[in-house]
Amino acid sequence: MREDDARLMTGNEACAEAALVAGMRFFAGYPITPSSEIAECLARRLPQEGGTFIQMEDELASMAAIIGASLTGVKSMTATSGPGFSLMQENIGYASMAEVPCVIVNVQRGGPSTGLPTLPSQSDVMQARWGTHGDHPVIVVAPSTVRETYDWTIKAFNFAERFRVPVVVLLDEIVAHVNEKIIVPTRGEFEVIDRDRTTQDPKDYLPYALTDSDIPPFADFGSGYRYNVTGLSHDETGFPANDPKKVDLLHRRLNRKIERYRNEIVHYKTELLEDADIVVVAYGSTARSAYRAVRNARALGLKVGIFKMFVLWPFPYQELDKLARRVEKFIVPEMNLGQIAHEVTCAAKHEVAQVNRIDGGLITPDEILEAIKNVSV
Amino acid sequence: MGFRYEFRLSGSGGQGLILAGKILAEAAAIYDGKNATQSQSYGPEARGGSSRSEVIVSDEEIDYPKAVNIDLLLCFTQEACDKYHQDVKEMGILLVDESYVTKIPKGKYKVYSVPITETAETKVGKALVANIVAIGIITQVTGVISKEAVEAAILSRVPKGTEDLNLKAFNTGIEMAQQFK
Repeated sequence: MREDDARLMTGNEACAEAALVAGMRFFAGYPITPSSEIAECLARRLPQEGGTFIQMEDELASMAAIIGASLTGVKSMTATSGPGFSLMQENIGYASMAEVPCVIVNVQRGGPSTGLPTLPSQSDVMQARWGTHGDHPVIVVAPSTVRETYDWTIKAFNFAERFRVPVVVLLDEIVAHVNEKIIVPTRGEFEVIDRDRTTQDPKDYLPYALTDSDIPPFADFGSGYRYNVTGLSHDETGFPANDPKKVDLLHRRLNRKIERYRNEIVHYKTELLEDADIVVVAYGSTARSAYRAVRNARALGLKVGIFKMFVLWPFPYQELDKLARRVEKFIVPEMNLGQIAHEVTCAAKHEVAQVNRIDGGLITPDEILEAIKNVSV
Repeated sequence: MGFRYEFRLSGSGGQGLILAGKILAEAAAIYDGKNATQSQSYGPEARGGSSRSEVIVSDEEIDYPKAVNIDLLLCFTQEACDKYHQDVKEMGILLVDESYVTKIPKGKYKVYSVPITETAETKVGKALVANIVAIGIITQVTGVISKEAVEAAILSRVPKGTEDLNLKAFNTGIEMAQQFK
């Protein structure tokens, strides 16, 4: 890494640039604060890279367009914020059901409805997991810095391709808009994964074949393979099925696809936990405040550590359960009313302390420090 | 804890404060080799409304990117000055444009009340570059970011064809601050 590759960049710019490095060549979207710079940047950059940028009429169409593009074999992405993310839910379910790899960036704002367009929030954590109906697989990543946004956008594409699922990159206004120094990595520094493609004869190809890996090999539309894609429950041929056995096979496989590979997906880092009796569980921009709070608390002699999540879904239940056996007190700061705190409670099997803000302000290190002091007495 | 210096540039939308913040952060981070972040807070309006841009410069990794204990506060409106002056730390600097800020709140900080926009208009030739005049003053009074770094950052961020005007604005700001005692 050369120092002359240092650039001042926002999270939104890093997301757009990283998507290009991951091989994304199709973007369809509708501009919305605080995500608009992703579309702005890609409108300029995609044509330079031989890709396609389309501004759609709305977010329903944006989501539909990236599914269509991905079915032709092109890595595809859209970017939005809360109101647009709500409109995308129906087609996100379609992507889950039809196993179409794609990446959806949601730069969260305060909600519900149009809420707080220009201010930070983390209130779409549950929508990212359960926004579309039905039991369905999804992967959600939530970076804290510009550099992490760069890295995790690439990983999001890798997950989407590897597991044939929609992947949500959950940002917030702080991470999206903060200008920060990053040393731009060279393209060779990253592993870039492409979906597994079939080598079968087109006449033998089963688009939703049951395989050992649970991930059926893909065939690009337009490459000589004719098959049916539907949002209805289907069998291996891709045609609708009502047979309980076939339906059960499909839906268990769709969900198992993420469960059995969770160890490849779940990612977090811990610091100062060796002797800790308090742990702060944090993600997104709130983790930045948490780091400062934990350091300040350590300076006061308080034994506190941090569990910072990069991947929110699948959730690290087992890892937090294990941690809860030796650390009793948990604090979860988040810019919502306790969406992740609830999951941490499930994992730790006891109530956890919360620091919540829903007023459009970033939780401060002092607010977390106060909570640390409160639980330490 | 290492060195941490906090700037807040405040006023209303359209005064170029977010660009000014980006220039300071880029100067510190890219051309001076320190760590810097720039963040902003603004309303949903397309123009007008209160606007604030914050820059943190540090010699270590910057976690919390917002200003809480301000070393330098720039105010381009009375409203911003009234709202933020209490966030300036003891012996910090309050820099105001005297055309907009007429009532200066009392506090334990150094105050520089200067005709920034008026100077941009009369001496530089365009009121539009008041933000760059302010950057010149800030560079000179704080000494946190080198003059060469700020110059380089200005050249990389301003529109083509306006380089000379902006450099003139920057140097005018520096000269103004050299007159402060």
